[in-house]
Amino acid sequence: MSYANKKIEKELVVKSTTDNLALIRSFTKKAAEESGFADETIGKIILAVDEACTNIIKHAYNFSPDGKITISIKFDRSKFAISITDEGTHFNPNSVPEPNIIEYYKQKKVGGLGIYLIKKLMDEVKYSTLTGNKNQVILVKYLPR
Amino acid sequence: MADFNVNLRDVGNVSIIDVKGYLDAHTAPELEHVFNKLLDDKQFKVVVNFNDLKYISSAGLGVFMAYVETMRENKGDIKFSNMKESVYNIFDLLGFPILYEFYKEELEAIQKFNLQGQA
Repeated sequence: MSYANKKIEKELVVKSTTDNLALIRSFTKKAAEESGFADETIGKIILAVDEACTNIIKHAYNFSPDGKITISIKFDRSKFAISITDEGTHFNPNSVPEPNIIEYYKQKKVGGLGIYLIKKLMDEVKYSTLTGNKNQVILVKYLPR
Repeated sequence: MADFNVNLRDVGNVSIIDVKGYLDAHTAPELEHVFNKLLDDKQFKVVVNFNDLKYISSAGLGVFMAYVETMRENKGDIKFSNMKESVYNIFDLLGFPILYEFYKEELEAIQKFNLQGQA
C-alpha cells in the first residue's frame, strides 16, 4: 500500500462531562498536527470538535455525566474526518436557525452559536441517526493539495 | 484541570477582567461568577483583557452576550482589549464586531469609558 492511500485511525471514548473537553481538544490537536494542517486550520478543527461535544453534553445528555461520547478520527493525505457518536437524546440541527447576532443581542439569547460555528469552520458537516439509538455527526476538513 | 484563570481589578471606576488560558463550556461558569459579582457591586463599566487567553469557544462568547445589555442599561459596557488574532477571528466569525468595541490596548478602552463619562 502506498503512503498516499494510507489511512490513519484514532479513537477516544470519554464520559459526557465538560472537564473532558480539554482532553478532547488535545486528542484532536495531536491527530490534526500529524495530518499536516497549518496551525490556523488545526485551531478551526479543534474548536469545531469542542463545539460538537459541548452540544452533546448539554443537549443530548442534558449535563448527565454518565453518557458516552466516542470520537473517531480517520485521515489520509486528502481528507481529515472526525466522527462523534453519542447515545443521548436525538436532536435535529436543522431546527436551529442561523443566528443573527443583533437579534441574539435583543433577545439576550446566549446559546445556539455552536452549530453555526461548526458549519463555518468545517468543509462538511453531516448529522445522522445510527442503529441502537445512536446519534452521529461527521466533521470533514480537506487537506490542501 | 485548571486551565483557565480569571482575575478582577479596578482602574479608577473601570473594572478590568483578566482572562487567561482556555475559556470553554467547563470554565465559562468561572467568568459568569465574576460578572455576577460585578452586578452585585453595581460595577457596570468593564474591560475584558484577553492578553493571556489562548482559546475561546461559543460557551465563552455566550457569557459576554448574557451580560452586555445589563451593563449598557446601567450606562456601562463590556469592551474588549489585547486580543490575539486567532481569538478575534472567532468573535468576527459570529459578527461580534457589530455589537462590541475591540481595542488593541487596555488603556484605550479605559479612556473611552472616561471620555463617555464626561460627555
